[in-house]
Amino acid sequence: MKHVRIKRLEEKIFKSLMMAATLIIVVSLFMIIVAVVKRGLPAMSWDMVSKIPGGGFYIGKEGGLLNAIVGSLYIVIGSISLGLSFSLPIVLYINLYLPEKSRLAQFTRLSFDVLFGIPSIVYGAFGFTLMVYLGLRSSLLAGILTVTILIIPILIRSIDEVMRRVPKEMKDAALSLGATRSEMIKPILRQVAPGIITAILLSVGRGIGDAASVLFTAGYTDSIPTSLSQPVATLPLAIFFQLSSPIAEVQDRAYAAALILTFIVLILSLAGRYYSRKFSKNKI
Amino acid sequence: MNTNVLRVEKFIDSPIEELQVKREIRNQQTLDAESIFSTHKPHISVRNLNVYLTKNHILKNVCLDIPDKAITCIIGPSGCGKTTLLKTFNRLLKNSIDVKIDGDVLVDGENIHGKGVEIENIRKKMGLLSQRPCPLPMSIFDNVAYGPRIHGIRRKKTLKIMVEKYLMEAGLWDEVKDRLKSPATSLSIGQQQRLCLARGLAVKPEIILGDEATSALDPISSKKIEELFVKLKDQYSIVLVTHTLRQAKRIADYVVFMYLGEVVEAGPASEFFNNPKEKLTKEYLDGYFS
Repeated sequence: MKHVRIKRLEEKIFKSLMMAATLIIVVSLFMIIVAVVKRGLPAMSWDMVSKIPGGGFYIGKEGGLLNAIVGSLYIVIGSISLGLSFSLPIVLYINLYLPEKSRLAQFTRLSFDVLFGIPSIVYGAFGFTLMVYLGLRSSLLAGILTVTILIIPILIRSIDEVMRRVPKEMKDAALSLGATRSEMIKPILRQVAPGIITAILLSVGRGIGDAASVLFTAGYTDSIPTSLSQPVATLPLAIFFQLSSPIAEVQDRAYAAALILTFIVLILSLAGRYYSRKFSKNKI
Repeated sequence: MNTNVLRVEKFIDSPIEELQVKREIRNQQTLDAESIFSTHKPHISVRNLNVYLTKNHILKNVCLDIPDKAITCIIGPSGCGKTTLLKTFNRLLKNSIDVKIDGDVLVDGENIHGKGVEIENIRKKMGLLSQRPCPLPMSIFDNVAYGPRIHGIRRKKTLKIMVEKYLMEAGLWDEVKDRLKSPATSLSIGQQQRLCLARGLAVKPEIILGDEATSALDPISSKKIEELFVKLKDQYSIVLVTHTLRQAKRIADYVVFMYLGEVVEAGPASEFFNNPKEKLTKEYLDGYFS
């Protein structure tokens, strides 16, 4: 038997390792936020979030980023709705309708695992090819489609994970009351609702912050699109274009855009957490 | 029976055949011996049921009758196929893959594995109580109303009346009447099991299946459930899989003893416990193995 003092020491060492790891990561992430705030905050003004770019915006004059803010929200809302309306049926199908060890289910899971790791520029290029093939121009629609393809693996794999953890007894309970499989979906969705929200948050984070996938497909414009076929600006691209400007003022505005992006993600996360807690009230 | 024995002596050629014939006779005996079926007609009849799970022979040629409006306890050591047998009754077993089911299970004379059988109707006839209570992720009210709702009852008033009726029947109404809207998980585990019972009763079943329904509960809760079963047996046929012999002794009208996938002995409770016919049953009752 080990001596108690050695055990204590081991405990201490492991605890401090864990603390160190946490600290390093938290501090460096915090530093990024500090940098964004420090450079972005001075450039922030009400105009930034309420106006579209004016004539001299890109040389540091009047205007704001409203086009990119609205564009990013359009793209994210569009692709989340489209993504969910595909991924929920897929997940329900492979979990409830296919037999437990079905080849098709395993193949689907594997392919989404692989798709998960593909860099978003590839999705962008794919979207671009598809766009050209379909005769579309860079537009809100093409952007939404590409981001949808980008986030579907995230949605599916994270919803699938929670769906698999639904206790078998619960399914049996619903079935033994005479429910058909489709009637069983309601209690199961209630059970996994918090998981679905987490999945949405993850994909919002990925979708709203991704520049490469919208670069070719959504395009960029100074106005707010009024139809699906018009090009649309996005925050990541706003950051990208302004950062590459030689003018210091414009660069600062890139940080302001990053700040806005961070803020949007923060608000969405808080809302997500709130609803997640609300939905897990009934969870077993 | 004597004719049977004679027939056996005549035709036995190999040991395997001998076993088969013996089993046949025993099945015949189990069917003959029941005086209980003169008052309670068989509700579920199992005929030559064989179940294979991934090539393991789980149930071996089971023949059985479950009496109507009485408590039937299925007892036996772990892994003897009690739960599997119970699951074949409402066809929950078919959900898993690698399952092969041979033979007939007749409920009210209808073969539930037959073609063109509406599986939902079969399941609706039977309420299932699992080992651990498994409330659905909704409020107490919605849990009980879930069954009636999927079977087409939409009117709020009707649902309210039904929920109250079945919660009362399950002896839970007084404890929850002021918080029907709170989540089912806020109940204690014993209350949850009674909620599951109420939920099962709300689809108006004829049979209640209990898969070790009291084994996860504290003594007081399980006593309540047992009392409920005794109260309910006038209206429902109750089939319980149980691990505790004492429970079977307390509440069973009819006992089925299984061992390694076979029905060793089945009979009315008094006869079964006081005067077991098989050596194996006697040993089990005396506690030589469990």
